[in-house]
Amino acid sequence: MWSFSEIANMIHTWLNDTFSPTLVTIIEMVIMGVLVISLFAVLGLILVIMERKVSAWMQIRLGPNRVGPKGIFQSAADTLKLLMKEAMTPNGADKFLFNFAPYLAIIVAMLLMAPIVFAKDFTMWDLNIGVLYVSAVSSLSVISILMAGWASNNKYSLLGAMRSGAQIVSYELSAGLAILTVVVLTGTLNLNEIILSQQNGWWIFKGHIPIIISFLIFIIAVTAETNRAPFDLAEAESELTAGFHTEYSGMKFALFFLAEYVNVFIVCAIGATLFLGGWMPFHIGNWEGFNHIMDYIPSSLWFFGKTFFLIFLIMWFRWTFPRLRIDQLLNLEWKYLLPISMVNLLIVTAMAILGWHF
Amino acid sequence: MFLVNYIKEIFGALKSLMVGMRRTLFYFTNHKQIITEQYPDNRATLKLADRFKGEVVMPHDENNEHRCTGCTACELACPNGTIKVVTKFDITPEGKKKKAIDKLVYHLELCTMCNLCITACPSDAIVMAQTFEHSVFDRNQLTKVLNKEGSKIMEGIE
Repeated sequence: MWSFSEIANMIHTWLNDTFSPTLVTIIEMVIMGVLVISLFAVLGLILVIMERKVSAWMQIRLGPNRVGPKGIFQSAADTLKLLMKEAMTPNGADKFLFNFAPYLAIIVAMLLMAPIVFAKDFTMWDLNIGVLYVSAVSSLSVISILMAGWASNNKYSLLGAMRSGAQIVSYELSAGLAILTVVVLTGTLNLNEIILSQQNGWWIFKGHIPIIISFLIFIIAVTAETNRAPFDLAEAESELTAGFHTEYSGMKFALFFLAEYVNVFIVCAIGATLFLGGWMPFHIGNWEGFNHIMDYIPSSLWFFGKTFFLIFLIMWFRWTFPRLRIDQLLNLEWKYLLPISMVNLLIVTAMAILGWHF
Repeated sequence: MFLVNYIKEIFGALKSLMVGMRRTLFYFTNHKQIITEQYPDNRATLKLADRFKGEVVMPHDENNEHRCTGCTACELACPNGTIKVVTKFDITPEGKKKKAIDKLVYHLELCTMCNLCITACPSDAIVMAQTFEHSVFDRNQLTKVLNKEGSKIMEGIE
């Protein structure tokens, strides 16, 4: 059987046999870097074309259909165009911050890739505080947005960035509390161990209604955190032209765009890991035959399937719901999501202590 | 009471969101609903809505006869002078003079497709056609004479 973990182990042993340990570490780091960058590129291409097709079909349109069969190479053509374009810097802008912000956005997205478990025993960095690391680093992305908005010397950019700051800071709370419910049940912050704890059923099935509520809260909060509609006040095309990336063009704009999509992928991957069992196959109680068939599907397919299902869900939200006003946005967080998730956390804690879950 | 309203609000909101999501899922899965016309490709089979207003034309029957009496109601109704009716006087067999149109000049470049001339016409002589490929290299080609060469009014239209 070919699996990601076996290939990784093979390469690791081969490198260890051939080179000195220091060199092996350096080579493995380079390989990891190349893999992450290529994953970024592939994810960007796939998610952009997916978004355009999903949006088109939901709005009774055809979507891109000229470049390649059914338009699947449209995003590649767009990327080529963005690479060719000049990346301008406005005269009044703070040059250093303006040019640094897109790279910060992409660096944050790259850092978040580290603890994600892509397949069985296949992760870049199996650290024991994975969940904490993810929620800590993901809040850095607001800095790149504020930096871009401030450095652009443009009132729309600044307004968009400020809105985004208020939004991300407040929604971080309920996202964190929703993540905490799973941490309370598993008793670990290690993403690998959280997945292993779902061997006999995913948390969304094992955790009864409170976990379903926290899953819903998590999805709402991460939609807001990644600045996607209906919470896309930061870029609000119809009000602020494009918010914080109004002044960006060419590849610098593309980096923001890419970072947004990769962030969507990452939060969906975290959601799939915490609530839908990561790479764990779908098992039903004692149906041995069914469970064996499910085990034959590779673990990486399970992970990417669940992640893309969640991405589709978030795209579905984007193309269905109208944008919220800023006061409605903050009302939703502070008057609804936060109290509900606090009560929910209390209930889940009681459940964990009394052992009411399966 | 406050708590009941609070919970009611949450469930009401969730329900209305679900209604919207069901609608978009229906469109997402039913591609037959797609209304996009791939225009230059499907020029031969292009179907336009009945209400589409492309340009004003005057239908003629097989005897080269139209229904226009030359009453100038369309010219009066037109808000920006798009239509100009040039009248002449025909001599009827009984020797009486009768008003008829010489030319009905229509400036397509001025027309806003407001449909007022068509509603104003008492004898339904002019209608909106569904053509829309109007671009030409010379502006003069957009000034059209709607009645055909040598046409005359139909019998029984007053």
